[in-house]
Amino acid sequence: MAIATATRMGPKTETTFRVLAPVAVGVIVLGVWQFLVTVVGVSDYLLPSPASIIEEFIQFWESILSASILTGTNALIGLVVGSLVGIALAAIAARWRAVDQMSAPVVASLAVIPIVALAPVLNSMYGADSQFGRQAIAALASFVPVFINTLRGFRQTAPVHRDLMKAYAASSGQVLRTLTLPTARPFMLTGIRIASSLAVISALVAEYFGGPRGGLGGLISTSAASSAYARAWAYVVASIALGLLFYLVTLGLERMLQRHAPQARRRP
Amino acid sequence: MSAAVEITGVDKTFDTRSGAVQALTGIDLTVEAGEFVSLIGPSGCGKSTLMRLIADLDEPTAGTVEVFGKGARQARLDQEYGIAFQSAGLLPWRTVAANVALPLELHGVASAARSTRVAELLDMVGLSDFADRYPDQLSGGMQQRVAIARALAEQPRLLLMDEPFGALDEMTREKMQSDLVRISAETGAAVVFVTHSIPEAVFLSDRVVVMSPRPGRIQEIVPMRLGAEAARAARTEELREERAFFDMVTAVREALHQGSPVGTAPRGLENR
Ligand SMILES: Nc1ncnc2c1ncn2[C@@H]1O[C@H](COP(=O)(O)OP(=O)(O)OP(=O)(O)O)[C@@H](O)[C@H]1O
Ligand SMILES: [Mg+2]
Repeated sequence: MAIATATRMGPKTETTFRVLAPVAVGVIVLGVWQFLVTVVGVSDYLLPSPASIIEEFIQFWESILSASILTGTNALIGLVVGSLVGIALAAIAARWRAVDQMSAPVVASLAVIPIVALAPVLNSMYGADSQFGRQAIAALASFVPVFINTLRGFRQTAPVHRDLMKAYAASSGQVLRTLTLPTARPFMLTGIRIASSLAVISALVAEYFGGPRGGLGGLISTSAASSAYARAWAYVVASIALGLLFYLVTLGLERMLQRHAPQARRRP
Repeated sequence: MSAAVEITGVDKTFDTRSGAVQALTGIDLTVEAGEFVSLIGPSGCGKSTLMRLIADLDEPTAGTVEVFGKGARQARLDQEYGIAFQSAGLLPWRTVAANVALPLELHGVASAARSTRVAELLDMVGLSDFADRYPDQLSGGMQQRVAIARALAEQPRLLLMDEPFGALDEMTREKMQSDLVRISAETGAAVVFVTHSIPEAVFLSDRVVVMSPRPGRIQEIVPMRLGAEAARAARTEELREERAFFDMVTAVREALHQGSPVGTAPRGLENR
């Protein structure tokens, strides 16, 4: 009983520390920042004070919210589509070696395409009033880590488990459902977690290159262009919050589903 | 009624990058229905390979393997055997109960019948209280018992076990041996049991197959004096201290030493 309590206390204090430490750092940084601006007197154009950013944040709250929803929707659609395609293609590549070999160079080149290179092309291809280009870019960015991680996961089945499935004369569908997918699941979820941040960044950056207004990226560039730096920073803060939200949701999903994955084993 | 396992003139050669490895040569072996046969021999003599051939996880290079009068492949497709590997091989994302239920699930047993059977099996291996735990919450010996319950799930007439107690401490091991003797007597299943331990082979078996390496072949088949099936249930802890037990241990040890120079124990064998 004492041991059980002790082991339960450990992670709890650790979690508290993990939450408190960054908050403390954040408060200190904000304090120093505010101090620089108000006491040392750094110009508001060079560095708007946290207080003025918060002011703008509150004043433009509605526009920030709708912009976050717009960019967030693009990122979410991209993340979902990119992940689904990534998982499906990884399953095919794991099943047929030839597909794997054919797709390897394609995936490698996708991985190195900078968003800035694709965004103008897609934006002009799909017209000025379509969100499609941004969603496609978010999907492409999400696809790569999901595909790579999932494919690795599909290759992790233990020989003893494969023997077991053969001994049970399991059909290939049954092997996929009872062995291959559960083995790959933690890898898949890690891929999705990595992809979630990429999806937000891509959807946001793609807005810098034209297309309809109203997203976080677009508003950051308009605010900055009209010298409303504090407002631009308010939108940046919202972008960070959106990215964190995506990351935390996918991290939570991973934690929840991975509790009894092979990686989480306490005993070897 | 046909024999549980009928192996005739089996050779097995593995093609590796560094040339062919002859794992087994000229194997002839019959295991009767309900008989308990142990395979013993130095490391690398092909015990696991032989068991994998019976299970149709590998195919012989020459010769035939029949299980209950059918080819090994057909027997596997018909689910004629249950199998337990040296590593328990439980699926870590499934609970103990779900692991035991796996073969039943794969073979379409209805959910109600499944949970009744799982409860029965867990009771048999003494793990009823652990049904909802995950494998990583169990000790090695408990995991092994789950694997044995899983192997018994469909009441196979043939049980294949590759060093299932290899990783266990001596106490747990003796308890598991007694359990296995009881279970195999209760179910009347034939058992092919791979082990490194002479006393274990003697305690459990009707016959002990002594193998020798390079190339793997059968050195000698030693019948155990308490071989009668009826007497199997009577194998209790007292047997371990009887004179006859030590005589049989000696007989198996001598058979093992025939293949190697006098005074040097074959590698990988335990004399405990
Ligand atoms: N898949 C394989 N490819 C190549 N060689 C193999 C393969 N499996 C087994 N062998 C070889 O066959 C021989 C017999 O191996 P096997 O695993 O059957 O031995 P074993 O008697 O079970 O040994 P141990 O007691 O150590 O488990 C060994 O020399 C091994 O190297
Ligand atoms: Mg072996």
